[in-house]
Formats: sequence, structure tokens, C-alpha cells
Amino acid sequence: MSVAIIDYGSGNLHSAAKAFERAARSMENPQKVFVTSDPDQAYGADRLVLPGVGAFADCRRGLDAVNGMVEAVNEAVRVKARPMLGICVGMQLFATRGKEHVITQGLNWIGGDVEKITPRDESLKIPHMGWNTLDVLREHPVLERLPLGPKGQHAYFVHSYHLNAANEADVLARADYGGPVTAIVAKDTVIGTQFHPEKSQRFGLALISNFLRWKP
Amino acid sequence: MFKVRVIPCLDVKDGRVVKGVNFVDLRDAGDPVEAAIAYDAAGADELTFLDITATHENRGIMLDVVRRTAEACFMPVTVGGGVREVNDIKTLLRAGADKVSINSAAVSRREFVKEAAEKFGGQCVVVAIDAKRVKRAGGGERWEIFTHGGRNSTGIDAIEYAQEVVSLGAGEILLTSMDRDGTRQGFDIPLTRAIADSVPVPVIASGGVGNLDHLVDGIRDGHATAVLAASIFHFGEFTIREAKEHMARRGLPMRMDA
Repeated sequence: MSVAIIDYGSGNLHSAAKAFERAARSMENPQKVFVTSDPDQAYGADRLVLPGVGAFADCRRGLDAVNGMVEAVNEAVRVKARPMLGICVGMQLFATRGKEHVITQGLNWIGGDVEKITPRDESLKIPHMGWNTLDVLREHPVLERLPLGPKGQHAYFVHSYHLNAANEADVLARADYGGPVTAIVAKDTVIGTQFHPEKSQRFGLALISNFLRWKP
Repeated sequence: MFKVRVIPCLDVKDGRVVKGVNFVDLRDAGDPVEAAIAYDAAGADELTFLDITATHENRGIMLDVVRRTAEACFMPVTVGGGVREVNDIKTLLRAGADKVSINSAAVSRREFVKEAAEKFGGQCVVVAIDAKRVKRAGGGERWEIFTHGGRNSTGIDAIEYAQEVVSLGAGEILLTSMDRDGTRQGFDIPLTRAIADSVPVPVIASGGVGNLDHLVDGIRDGHATAVLAASIFHFGEFTIREAKEHMARRGLPMRMDA
């Protein structure tokens, strides 16, 4: 089994790779984790991870700049039904469109737009930066055995935009930040977290382990 | 529920923690990576490394510290000190830092903040502001930006400067009172509040923490989103857990996962 972390020039892949390696090591069937910008390697992997930090349009441009990568991930997910995890802007790229500064087309796997978060409480700062609890809307194998909810564990967020899903059923979990913020989306074999599991200590590693075990 | 962050800060010189850390049984009290691992286990919400290495040749050592920390700690890490150009940010982020803090380079060239935010996103650009009270010409006081550890005055108003760097894309402000730093008398609350209330991004209060009530004051009265402290944690006076429990007892929302 192999896990491809897709390198398209967006930020901090080292810590994502290390977190996946750590989670993979502690599993019954070790999986090989590698960082790649080669579409063939991504296409051939058993699981894919799409990280991403920065602005939506920049990330989309970066993904497009890797010749053949968009086609490779589309095929891997839509035809071969490979499990794929998107993180932060990587997750936002699953949407139909991004509306950060300019309108940019997403991969359109999860219907909806990526929009600015607008907390009702004006003393709340943007970006939404720090630790928040998650309210789970429906069950999912990747959330199995994770103590979530208002008294549960926390996830680390850093973002100013979120995926406003067109279909409520695609939203797995929300956080509250002066109003609902989309925290996890999932549909078919894709799952995306607005927060950073690779930065969310024990909870994050447990979620990554669940993703590595997930057989959709 | 969204929680308040408690952030220990480690001063690192030539790859070693300045003055050491003696809050737990570390094999090597001077190893920043060991200290980071201990803080991670203790439930710190983030970690900040401040690289005070003087020579350019020894900067590479910090990258190694960051890289080894990222291999062992799955928590957000900010690195400051000596961040002068876009390439410095790129190498730190590539090594595993999540945010970088820019200090004097932003004072001397504001455009640097914009370049950094455009290239890497404002979420990873922290601007560190060192401010000090000065007498106004016409009476009264204001806060000015100081550089070189508080020695050099710039004449720049701290509130205006904070607003300017945020408009250029800074995603967070790390605010240190040079009057309070090292005094253990608590944060400069009027300064913290003045800055926090005038920018839309999170403000981390820093400088002067001597007891756990000071942490509470920084959030409740200073309107900061996070608090940063060094010596009260490093020298074993209080654990991160004790700090968070104290803040929770005073009604602040704290993360107690670890």
C-alpha cells in the first residue's frame, strides 16, 4: 500500500509527510508514504493526500502548473475510486469555485463555493486561527473512535475562507466561530478537513490513522 | 468552542536554548528539540522559536532544529529571528515551520510583509512588534516601535504600524512590550488592548509575564487572542497545564486535550 502526498509547490509538505509517516508506522500494515509531483506516481498510489496553504487561486494555479496532475487526481478519485484526503486549501480545491479575491474554478467534487467566513461576533478575529472543537453531523469511518463534540478533542485551524457546501449531506462536521464553519466535508471516496490534522497533535494523528485504514 | 492559546517561546542561539530549560527531566536541557517535544506533550497550543543567532553562517543550524522538531511534534510551530527575505521564509516553511515572524525587516521595508503574504499567504506571516512607551511632544504618552532589542527608537507609532502591516497582509501580530519584557510585572495591558482593538487579526500578547493571573489579564483585559511566555515555563515555576487550569478557572475557554 502506498500514500502519495501531492507536491504542487504549496507550502509545508515536510510536516504533513512526517505526520503521515508517523501514523503509517504505528499501523498493523505499514504503508509507504511519499511526496510526489509526478502525476503517474500520484495516479498509481493507493491513497492520495492534497495539502495546501495560501490563497485558493494560487493553489489552483500551482496544481495546474504540474502537467497532468489535475487529470491524474481526477482519474484516481473518480474512476479508480481511490481514497483522497484534502487538507485546508487542498480541501477547498474540492469545491466548485473559490471566491477568495477572484473567482477560480475548483475540482468540483463537492458542490459549493469557498467563501469568506463572517463571524457574527465582531470581536472574533480573522483568520480563524487556533484550536476549536468539532460538531459531527454524521458518522464516517475516518471519524471512528474519535472523541469529538463540545467536550471532545480539538482541531487546529488557520483560515479565513471555508467551503460553503451546496449539499448539506456533504458536510461531516462543523466548528463554531461566531456561526457555523465547515470543518470536514466528505463524499464518495474523498474527505477534506479545513483544519490541519498534521498539526492537531494526538487527535490529528488518530484521524490520519483512520484515513489510512479507510476502505470506502 | 474556540479556545485561547498558550504559547511557550524558546530563545535559540547557535542551535542551543538560551539559559536552558529545566521544567522536566530532559537529558539535554539545552536542546531545543527536546524542549519542543516536552512542550508538545505538556499540551502547549503552539510553540515559538526565536533564533537569536548572530552570524549568518549559523542560521542553517536553526533549519535543522525546525526540521527535527517537525519530525517529532505535530503542533503548530512559529519561527522568528533573522527573517529578512522571501527565501528565508521559504526555507523555514519547507523545513517544517508553520508560521514565520518578521520583525526588523518589516520595520525597515514594509513591502516585505506584502511580498511574504502574497507568496505564502497571510496565515503564515506573523509580524513581531516591539513597542515602548514614549512621551509625546505635546504631553501624554504613546507607544513607538523599537528595534534591536528595544535599543533603537524608530519614531513609528505602534498602533499605526500594526494597522499598516495588517493591511499589507500580516495574519497575526506578536506584540512585545519592551517596557515590561523581563520585568515579571505582567503585560502592558493598555498597549495590548490598544493594538488588539485596532486590528482585525489575532494578537499574541508578550513580555512581562510573572504569574498566571498575568496570562488571564492579557486575554480578558488586553483583548489578546493568545499569550506567549518564556521564563515562567522554562524554569519550572508553572507547567502549561497549571497555566491552562488557572485560566479556565478564571472563565477563559482553554483546550485541555493533552
